[in-house]
Amino acid sequence: MGYPHPIHPKETPVLSTYFGDAEARTVAGWKARGGYQALQKALAMTPEQIVDEVKASGLRGRGGAGFPTGLKWSFMPKDDGKPHYLCCNADESEPGTFKDREILRWTPHALIEGCAIGQLAIRAETTYIYIRGEFTEPFHVLTAAVAEAYAAGILGADAMGSGKRIDIVIHRGAGAYICGEETALMNSLEGRRGNPRIKPPFPAVSGVFAKPTTINNVETLAAVPHIINRGAAWYASLTLSSPKSLGTKLISVCGHVQRPGVYEITLGLPMQELIYDLAGGMRPGRTLKAVIPGGSSVPIMTPAEVDGCPTDYEGIVSRGSMLGSGGMIVMDDTTDIVYQVMRLARFYAHESCAQCTNCREGTAWTTRVLERMLAGKGKESDIDLLMSLADNMTGKTICVLSDSCATPVVSGIGKFRSEFDAYISGARSLDVVEVS
Amino acid sequence: MSGHDTVPYQPVFVGETLAKLEALYPKYPEKRALLLPALWLVQEARGWVPPEAMHEVAQQLELTAAYVAGVATFYTMYHLHPVGRHFIQVCTTSPCGICGAEDVARELLVQTGCRDLGATSPDGRFTVVEVECLGACGFATPLLINDDFIESVSVDTVASVLARYP
Amino acid sequence: MTQELVSVTVDGIAVQVPKGTMIIEAAKQAGVLIPHYCYHPSLPSPAVCRMCLVEVEKAPKLAPACVTAVSEGQVVHVSSPVARQARQGVLEFLLINHPLDCPICDQSGECELQDFVFQEGRSGSRYGDYPKRYAPVEEFGPDVLYVPNRCILCTRCVRFMNDVAGDNVLEVYERGDRAFIGIDTADQLDHPWAGNVVDLCPVGSLLSRDFLHKARAWDLDKTASICPGCTQGCNMTIDTRDSTVVRLRPRPNMEVNRHFICDTGRADYRWMNRGDRVEAPLQRIGDRLQACDWDIALDRFAALASEAGGATVVLAGGRASCEALGWTLRLVGETPRAAAMRVPIGQEAPIGKIPSLALRAERAANVAGAALLGVGSDWSAAIEAARTATLVIVLDATLTDDEANAVRGARHVVHLASLSESAHSHADLVLPVATMAEEQGVFVNRDHRAQRYLPARPAPGMARPAWWVASQAWQRSAPAERRAPATASEAFGALRPFAGLTYRDLGLTGRAVATVEASR
Repeated sequence: MGYPHPIHPKETPVLSTYFGDAEARTVAGWKARGGYQALQKALAMTPEQIVDEVKASGLRGRGGAGFPTGLKWSFMPKDDGKPHYLCCNADESEPGTFKDREILRWTPHALIEGCAIGQLAIRAETTYIYIRGEFTEPFHVLTAAVAEAYAAGILGADAMGSGKRIDIVIHRGAGAYICGEETALMNSLEGRRGNPRIKPPFPAVSGVFAKPTTINNVETLAAVPHIINRGAAWYASLTLSSPKSLGTKLISVCGHVQRPGVYEITLGLPMQELIYDLAGGMRPGRTLKAVIPGGSSVPIMTPAEVDGCPTDYEGIVSRGSMLGSGGMIVMDDTTDIVYQVMRLARFYAHESCAQCTNCREGTAWTTRVLERMLAGKGKESDIDLLMSLADNMTGKTICVLSDSCATPVVSGIGKFRSEFDAYISGARSLDVVEVS
Repeated sequence: MSGHDTVPYQPVFVGETLAKLEALYPKYPEKRALLLPALWLVQEARGWVPPEAMHEVAQQLELTAAYVAGVATFYTMYHLHPVGRHFIQVCTTSPCGICGAEDVARELLVQTGCRDLGATSPDGRFTVVEVECLGACGFATPLLINDDFIESVSVDTVASVLARYP
Repeated sequence: MTQELVSVTVDGIAVQVPKGTMIIEAAKQAGVLIPHYCYHPSLPSPAVCRMCLVEVEKAPKLAPACVTAVSEGQVVHVSSPVARQARQGVLEFLLINHPLDCPICDQSGECELQDFVFQEGRSGSRYGDYPKRYAPVEEFGPDVLYVPNRCILCTRCVRFMNDVAGDNVLEVYERGDRAFIGIDTADQLDHPWAGNVVDLCPVGSLLSRDFLHKARAWDLDKTASICPGCTQGCNMTIDTRDSTVVRLRPRPNMEVNRHFICDTGRADYRWMNRGDRVEAPLQRIGDRLQACDWDIALDRFAALASEAGGATVVLAGGRASCEALGWTLRLVGETPRAAAMRVPIGQEAPIGKIPSLALRAERAANVAGAALLGVGSDWSAAIEAARTATLVIVLDATLTDDEANAVRGARHVVHLASLSESAHSHADLVLPVATMAEEQGVFVNRDHRAQRYLPARPAPGMARPAWWVASQAWQRSAPAERRAPATASEAFGALRPFAGLTYRDLGLTGRAVATVEASR
């Protein structure tokens, strides 16, 4: 199976260089492409040196929150005598996001190498890679790669002949979006319901198995070997905009574009270029209606907001949304915003863990109101009701799942009010099955 | 207890399956962490997770039956009742939804003979369920048939895809 | 070690609390109740109900008061508009699937959902006519019913069984708004302390079958008491409806039973309502017992006691108070030939994860109090001694036929009895006494904690507390120099092991007293 698209001139292939190259999946193939040199180098470095290098690179968490990676690593205690763990979050489940899947499928050794270096940086002996259950193919590819890395002596009691122990365990999820939330992931890994935990304690103090833990996203860890190989200064030089948004970012573009796929950009690339040049723009005769730029949990952007927006952390925030996971959902003028907002609400209602009252009940209620509105049974007061429910679901729960459900509702109503009104007035209606 | 079987229940955790479970112990500092892997082993061996197997898992991992059930019912991928020979998960979440996934889902129902999402076809060949985001949004519509991840399925290609699953 | 104190302000009231205290507890110190459901002081806090969100100045968002520790100078607002609105939102969410069946719900009147909705909920529902979630009532165990429709998923029951009882039979099943509390079909909620989940449930989702539809909460009178079932001395409340005991519930005492009582103690109240009582003093005239007044009865008792003196044997039941035991001994000159309390032995049943809390093997309330007063527990030796005693005083103990035969060997027998029993037929006197549910008194538990119990219902007929009977007889033995105590508190304070203490000193959660060894 070939990779869906050739590299576009406006891309900056770093992590994605070998996407589509099946040979890169093997140890020999990875080594032939310069792989495991970074790990070799890191094995000769002190943890502090690794952390400092990553800090200097400006690498930020690629899972959604954008927290500086080196800083996160530096929170891990030193000389505490306890086991430390690295968790790799491969539970990619945010609608619109499918970038980590490509890393897992094509360059598993990039991830293994990143995990190994991360482990050295935080003085952990084991990495647990938590991969979502639905990722069957990536699971098999990664499992084979880890087995090969053990066989080749890259992992194990004497990693690359260094005398240091590096272990990687792949742990398979079983269908729960919320397990992508770091504390829910830790609970799930421990064999519990995937309920997010209250913080504090923070993972660096008491994480998985109540031991100091760092959790990093697949893409974040996969970027680390490149930083170690080519230096922090090189990575930090990769930017087209803000000095706080450095390096490359995989953006998964989906929806109504002609060439959906995963594109690696230097942060700051104008969003329009991403949508029109890289992803091929709208289908013939169609116009852009809305973009959800960072996975379904971030506010919807209008074409006016997309216009001139740099694709980076700060640029998108300044336009009222977020870069998030880099999962970009593009919607053209055929899109029924009300229906899609309902569909997202239904997603969150399905995925709510049931702990917090506001989320458990609020996501389901919001879905019901929207379903009924779509069926032509909406009321004038439903708009106020939805906004009020959204308010009661924002900033009031342990994790942000309920906030994420409220976000498309608020931005949808705020930016596409007339579509909601059309359903309420009876000008439109759909044959919607009220699922919930 | 399951009500489906007239033959006595045969334990799952014997022989190879037990060996697979035991091989996992050294990888985790706590037995409880083997719960998800153990349930996967059950499903691999039986095609679903019967209540008796949950009791077995509870016994193996020194947990209570309620604890195991609480966890098993949290995750959507464990089949808590028998399913068709081929289990089809079709993603209809927004990114796929706007690209025609709901039409694909309807077509799957029509062609498999499953009367409803979640139902098994009368011939026992297929069960079709809607799944929330398979994480392949750029390749609408993705299906997960058993362990096979199939991308870019359209209404037109449903028949040829199903033909591969007799 | 002195604890570091932190100053915080809750709704304008400044308090100082130990460092590490959670806001919800600090607020209690300030006299502010922060509404909550999942929080319980005897359980770990999951912070899931989101009801206790409060405004903390300088914090970016509302904080869950149950898991947010106080910090120096913190300013907390519980009744600010923002906090109120947040609670109103949670209440509305909790109500969308909660049936409005308060009129037929046992919890009504003591329901925290009802109370807080009444206090600050919305006046109407915005939920409209969507159907509410429905699932049938389930039997969780011998006495516990689960009404899933009313469940607000606070998980107190799950946490009690898991973290306190150590018997993880309840769990949250499913997720989202499909979640419910589940139990395995092969399991039962039959842990010896399982009944506590009914008290812990803030709504009417977990119900006691025993109490089902028995009374409305607002019709109940509540009386502080001590469970007489074993030497643990769990603090409890006796709930009565028109003087009939309908329910026993734990009363918090962090030193003794935290917030719990065992199912054995909880279920053991029917004897308190028995109708086959001795209601008037009975004296032997010829070969039959005949009712008389207290004057006659007490005079005769005093005469028998004076005559017998040290040749007396005292046989006490396990619920005899310190006051009753102490004054009976005083009546016979403090040195009876033998004195014993009957202490049935059962199986010890620990709660699980609280080491100091169990249903104890010794199934009598006042073993330690009796020992302090010189009443041992060698029952069979006392029965033997009774065969040849001049006087046997049976202090509200039910005798077996063999025991009754042994006692018949004594020259005189006086029963201070609550129940009317066949063993009385050979007695010289049968004096009607109140049960522990009908009098004030003190039990001393196994940790030497003296704890008061209060009367929950009137004693029937002419029945009086046993200490009153004994002390009145004692006064009549030498009226010139003796003055019987006028109150139970006086009767208590006059006893040597408790010299100088009053009921007020004990309060309603008791106080440690010297051990037998130390008091010698």
